[in-house]
Amino acid sequence: MAEFFQQVVAGLASGSIYALLALAIVIIYRSTGVVNFAQGEMATFTTFIAWTLVDHGLGYWVAFPLTLLIAFAGGIALERTIIRPVEGKPVVTVVILTIGLFIMLGGLTNWIWKAEVRSFPPNRPFPTDAWDVGGVAISKQDVGILLVTFGLVGGLWALFQLTKLGLALRASAVNPTASRLVGIRVGWMLALGWGLAAAIGAVAGLFTAAASPPLEPNMMRPILIYAFAAAVVGGLTSPVGAVVGGLAIGVTLNLVATYDEHLHIELDRVRLPIALLLILTVLLVRPAGLFGKTVLRRV
Amino acid sequence: MAPLLELQDVEARYGPVQALHGVSLTVGEGEIVAVLGGNGAGKTTTLRAISGLVTMSGEVRFAGKRITRAAPERVARIGIAHVPEGRGIFQELSVRENLRLGAYLRRDGFDEGYERARAYFPWLEERRDQQAGTLSGGEQQMLALARALMSRPRLLLLDEPSLGLAPIVVRELFEIVGQLNEKDGLAVLVVEQNAKLALRSSSRAYVLEVGRVALEGPSAELAENESVRNSYLGY
Repeated sequence: MAEFFQQVVAGLASGSIYALLALAIVIIYRSTGVVNFAQGEMATFTTFIAWTLVDHGLGYWVAFPLTLLIAFAGGIALERTIIRPVEGKPVVTVVILTIGLFIMLGGLTNWIWKAEVRSFPPNRPFPTDAWDVGGVAISKQDVGILLVTFGLVGGLWALFQLTKLGLALRASAVNPTASRLVGIRVGWMLALGWGLAAAIGAVAGLFTAAASPPLEPNMMRPILIYAFAAAVVGGLTSPVGAVVGGLAIGVTLNLVATYDEHLHIELDRVRLPIALLLILTVLLVRPAGLFGKTVLRRV
Repeated sequence: MAPLLELQDVEARYGPVQALHGVSLTVGEGEIVAVLGGNGAGKTTTLRAISGLVTMSGEVRFAGKRITRAAPERVARIGIAHVPEGRGIFQELSVRENLRLGAYLRRDGFDEGYERARAYFPWLEERRDQQAGTLSGGEQQMLALARALMSRPRLLLLDEPSLGLAPIVVRELFEIVGQLNEKDGLAVLVVEQNAKLALRSSSRAYVLEVGRVALEGPSAELAENESVRNSYLGY
C-alpha cells in the first residue's frame, strides 16, 4: 500500500508537468482554435536557454524566472512575426505553420546546443531526500514540483478571472469582433496568449529536465503527446480540464508502469500508445472532453 | 455647424464583391438617423465601414476628425459604440463581465456607468452573474445596448436591433433609445428592416439600394413617399 501512495505522489508530480504543457496548449487553442504543435519544442528551446544561463554562472533559481521572462518575450515575438501574417487564414494553414515551427525549433536546438546529453541543473533544484509520512516516502522534489505548478495555476486563474487584462484576454478568445468594438486590441491579446503559453511551457521543460534527466533536444516529444492527451481529456478549452487531465494521466501511467509485472506485459513500452488511444477514444466518444463547455445559445 | 458624423463617397468591398458604391450621409449632434433598405443593400456594411471592420475607400469624419480606415479599437476610443447585428454580446461570459467589457476604455471606473445603465435596465442587477448566452433574445439585445452605454459614447451605431424580437420588446427597445437621445443627447445611426418603426423613431432617414443612397430626407416625408411605402412599408 505504501508503494501505491508513493507512486501516486510521483505520478502527480510527472502529471503536473503534463498539466503545465497542456495548459499552454489550451491557452493558445482557446484564443485561436489552433493546436500549437511547437509547444514542446518551444519548451525544450527555453530549457536550453536556462542551461546556458546557468552555464554562465547564474544560480538555478535566478535563471528560472529569467528563463520564463525570455520565454514570454519569445512567445510574443513568435506570434507577432510568424503567426500574425496568417491570422484569419484557415485553421489548417496555421496548424501547418506550427508544425513548421516544431521542425524549425527542433533543428535550431540541435544546431545551437548540439545533440549532446546534459545533466541539468548540475545540482538538483529541490532537495533529493524524502519525507516519511506514516511509512510512505514522499519525495521532496515531487512536492516541490507540485507546489510550483499549483502556484502557477493559481496565479493564472487570478490573472484570467480577477483582472481587467484577464477579462480582455477571455473576451478576445470568445468574440474577437465584439472585443475590438469595445476597444480591446485583440491582436495584442493573441500575442500575450502566446507569451503566457511559452512561459508556462518553459516551466514544463525545466521540470522535465530536472525530474527525468538528461536534458536533450528530444526530451519534450513524448511529454507533448501526454500533454495533448491531457488537454483532449479536459476538453481542449478548459484550463481546469487540462490540469485535471494532466494529473490523471500522470498518475495512471505511473501506476501502470509500477504494476506491469502483474500484467505480464511490459507496459512501460506502451505508454505512448496508451496516450494516443486515450486521445482517440475521447475524440470519438466525447469530443467535448470532461470539462469542455457545450455553450448554451439562444438565438 | 459641421455634423457629428460624415460619410463621403464611401465604397467598401468584401474580397471581389463591392458592397458600397459611394455612400454619403451625415448624422448631426444629438440626432437619430435611420438607414433603410432590403437585404444586401449595404446597410450593415455602412456601419462596418464606420467602425473599421471592412476594407473601404472614401472619407469618414467624426467630430471634425478624419477616421477613415481607423481600426475598430480606435473608433471605439473616440466615442462611437457599435451594437452589431446578432447582438454581438459575449455569450460565454456573465452579464456583469459583458458590462465591464463595455467600460473597458473608461478610466473613471465601472460604477458610474453601471448606475446609469441600471436606470434603463433595472433587471441587470439580479441577473449579473448569469451567463449572457442564456438570456432571452430580447434581454440579450438590451444587454448589448447597456454594454454600449457603458463606454459613454457620443454616437451609437445600432444594427438591426429588432431582428428576431417580439414586437413588444422592439417597442421597449426603441423607447429606451429615444430616451437616451432626449436626456443624454446621444446621437444614433440605426439600421433597420422594420421601416415603419425606424421612420417613426428617427428625424431623418436614408434609403439604400444596392450600395447607393437612393433616397434621403426627413423621416416624416419619407414615410409619405410612395416608393418607400410600396417597397418598405407595404401599403
